[in-house]
Amino acid sequence: MSATASSADGANQNADPLLKIDGLKTWYPVRGGVLQRVRRWVRAVDGVDLEICRGQTLALVGESGCGKTTVGRSVLKLEQPRQGRILFEGTDILSLSRRAMRRYRRSIQIVFQDPNASLDPRMTVRDAVAEGLNAFRIGRTAADRTRRVGELMEMVRLDPDHMWRYPHEFSGGQKQRICIARALAVEPELLICDESVSALDVSIQAQILNLLRALQTELGLTYLFITHDLGVVGNIADQVAVMYLGQIVETGTIAQIFDAPQHPYTQALLASVPRVELDLGPPAARAIGDAPDPSDPPPGCRFHPRCPKVFEPCAVSEPNMVDISGRPCRCFLYDPAHASR
Amino acid sequence: MSAPLLTVEDLTVSFPAGRDGNARAPVVDGISLDVSPGEVLALVGESGCGKSMTALAILRLIAKPGRIEPGSRIVFDDRDILALKVTRMRALRGAGIAMIFQEPMSSLNPVRTVGNQVTEAIRLHERVSAAAARDRATQMFKRVGIPDPAGRLAAYPHQLSGGLRQRVMIAMMLVVQPRLLIADEPTTALDVTVQAQILALLRELKDELGMAILLITHDFGVVNELADRVAVMYAGRIAERGTRSEVLGRPMHPYTQGLLRSIPRLSHRGEALAEIEGVVPSLGSWPTGCRFATRCPKVFEPCDGTVPESVVLSASHHAACHEIAQRRRTAGTPSK
Repeated sequence: MSATASSADGANQNADPLLKIDGLKTWYPVRGGVLQRVRRWVRAVDGVDLEICRGQTLALVGESGCGKTTVGRSVLKLEQPRQGRILFEGTDILSLSRRAMRRYRRSIQIVFQDPNASLDPRMTVRDAVAEGLNAFRIGRTAADRTRRVGELMEMVRLDPDHMWRYPHEFSGGQKQRICIARALAVEPELLICDESVSALDVSIQAQILNLLRALQTELGLTYLFITHDLGVVGNIADQVAVMYLGQIVETGTIAQIFDAPQHPYTQALLASVPRVELDLGPPAARAIGDAPDPSDPPPGCRFHPRCPKVFEPCAVSEPNMVDISGRPCRCFLYDPAHASR
Repeated sequence: MSAPLLTVEDLTVSFPAGRDGNARAPVVDGISLDVSPGEVLALVGESGCGKSMTALAILRLIAKPGRIEPGSRIVFDDRDILALKVTRMRALRGAGIAMIFQEPMSSLNPVRTVGNQVTEAIRLHERVSAAAARDRATQMFKRVGIPDPAGRLAAYPHQLSGGLRQRVMIAMMLVVQPRLLIADEPTTALDVTVQAQILALLRELKDELGMAILLITHDFGVVNELADRVAVMYAGRIAERGTRSEVLGRPMHPYTQGLLRSIPRLSHRGEALAEIEGVVPSLGSWPTGCRFATRCPKVFEPCDGTVPESVVLSASHHAACHEIAQRRRTAGTPSK
């Protein structure tokens, strides 16, 4: 993949984003008192813009509590956002009625972190995978659906004869394959993977990552990959969005983010990853303190209390996304108003 | 190098297997290791390989129906741990050997302040006044990088972030200055930026206090950051051991090689990862010869049925593999 020179504005603007998120805000109420009134809001997602092109993988990375999972849940309308638009193939799914949403539910599926929590222990794999087929009335007879489940089992490299077994008869990696088969049963276009490989041992993680990559090519899938693991990001993503306390701080291609991170948070994150390569020298300055409580983010730039490059404006006002030759970054360092001091 | 502080020889831990009450299956099968003062030994492996059981056995915390089999030897500071009386063993835990776990929240008491819990740890092992214990706790909180240490003594565990809780755990373990710290996945539940800080802290404390660390982890990145020596475990046995640079730089055992190749790295992007075929065999159905035989790309006749001997690659580097042994033999025969 060669990076095309950003000759014009929006060189990265593909004509056809499958998913476009625009100014998304999803807040959770914190209730208290006798009347359980809303005392304040946790701004889990606070103005997020994202775009994923068809057939691509966007990795949404960040530490725990940054709101990355809430973004995924909002796209599935498992949370009710307060503001913003989520355009799927140009249609704002947030404005759709429950009925109209049904069509889109088939197009967007999710695979969670813990396959044990995602599979009903009393349901055979055949029934678990066929649930979506039943819900969307795919296949005319039960035999049709069983045949389809067999195909899906093969698709995720499991033995179709094992579909009559129960989840406990499978290993963790195999269970995650079953979850993937179930998500793919209804032929989605967008698959949200929320830490889908994080709980797996590395040798199994490699198998699942390779499977996901193969399935993307075979089926033309689009992935929203939510993870905290930068090694995984490097392996599977085309585009990366780095999230910090409810906001996107930087987006770019995998090469841009990994080779030339702009935002001090992205830089700190990359420097913190323990590397397997011997003798890379001592890690650079990286003691950046603990993350603040997401329900009470600091004023100004949300990263400023931990930022090694903090200067005057950071504590005062919130930085906007600025464009550095086609790459959006939320930092005063790159804001012409401040940089040209 | 100084004499080992901890020596484990032929440690076998077994659990009942199968329906009839007598059959037992080893979860740890005859492993040997040693750790010297000021040294970090990493025990690495995937889930179920027996690394945590090894740690618990060293503290004699294997719960029934599990048991440490006769013939196992654990010597700490010239004392045979397995022969100690229960009261002596209790005194040794904490003061001699301390352990921190992956999830600090489940190791801390949620209804008592962290200061209360840390001072308790001090006063269990030493006769000091409450005030003196609080002073010591405050100093230790400061040492492990807890901001506002005196104030934080009054905090309850839920009021602290994950990183701070793990620091509290480390402080609690270190106030009595153990000579060996067993750290079982100490940073696995933490975010990377916090993990980097905790690893740096452990590194400093080790140098400062001359403490030995037995680090239990599945993460080779963490191994590379902290360990001096590494032992790779697979299905209850040690497959390969060596210095950090030997194991990470020149891995010899096919399992170590496969494991290292399957790690997604920042420097290798978008490439298919090398896979280790198949799954870890479940406990009780481990292969009789080399445990890795069912998944090994280099498997040949002797692997199935004969337990591989440890091949000495250097004074510190050993690997238990038939294929390496064979290559050694053919290379070693003088060719006339």
